[in-house]
Amino acid sequence: MNNPGTLKVVAGSDREIIMTRAFDAPRLLVFEAFTKCELLKRWLLGPPGWSMVVCKMDLKEGGAYRWVWRNDSNGTEMGVGGVFREIQPPERIVHTEKFDQAWYSGEALITTVLTEQAGKTTLTATLLYDSRETRDNVLKSPMESGVKASYDRLEELLASTVNRPPTR
Amino acid sequence: MSNSEHLDATFAALADPTRRAILARLASGEISVMDLAKPFAISQPAISRHLKVLERAGLISRGREAQRRPCRIEAKPLAEASRWLENYRRFWEANFQRLDALLHEMKMRDKKRSRNKGDHR
Repeated sequence: MNNPGTLKVVAGSDREIIMTRAFDAPRLLVFEAFTKCELLKRWLLGPPGWSMVVCKMDLKEGGAYRWVWRNDSNGTEMGVGGVFREIQPPERIVHTEKFDQAWYSGEALITTVLTEQAGKTTLTATLLYDSRETRDNVLKSPMESGVKASYDRLEELLASTVNRPPTR
Repeated sequence: MSNSEHLDATFAALADPTRRAILARLASGEISVMDLAKPFAISQPAISRHLKVLERAGLISRGREAQRRPCRIEAKPLAEASRWLENYRRFWEANFQRLDALLHEMKMRDKKRSRNKGDHR
């Protein structure tokens, strides 16, 4: 029986993070799950307690996408967006990524490749950052820190509101 | 070296499969440069280049005895980098486990659909 496989993450030799993962499903289904909003919302989430509340996908070369997640308990939001540079269904997607909160510098370029053998799919995702240092910062603190950063900012805002002298 | 340069150097050191293999061998104990080179189908100068990268990253230390120059693994920076990689990996693994479940659902849905199609012959 095919073990869907554990995720392998490697820091590539330059500015890259490379993720490899096997899935027990044909490539067409995996491609669908990566490109249809109603499916993305089911799995592409942050830490526990977050939902994807905005999903826009203009799935064509030059088309834009936008995803926004919201923390169910305090309403903090985190958004990301970019452009599709290449789309070759069902095997390849290249897109840019930039978070609203810019928790890493610059824009990332993400290349997703799907290969199929005997009904099973292997995903290889290469995440290319603008510098080695950026790549290392991403590895040190993944989306969670972006989430944390948004939450910290919300706390700051609340604190400043509370301490403001009354205007009445 | 600044902190971020250190981390950089560590990941660069780990990015090469020969260097990872060298570290794996050193995990079981000190080995001289000569003995390290033996199982690898590459020249001793090439091994020395790899060792330099590992040493600069603080992942190994080398003894001074010119002839034998034993190499020793330095566990702390390696453990730190591994921990970061592991946290990152675990974060994404959670997403992919949800995807596993979703893909299973999709396959069942497709199976049902093709069975139903058959029934309407």
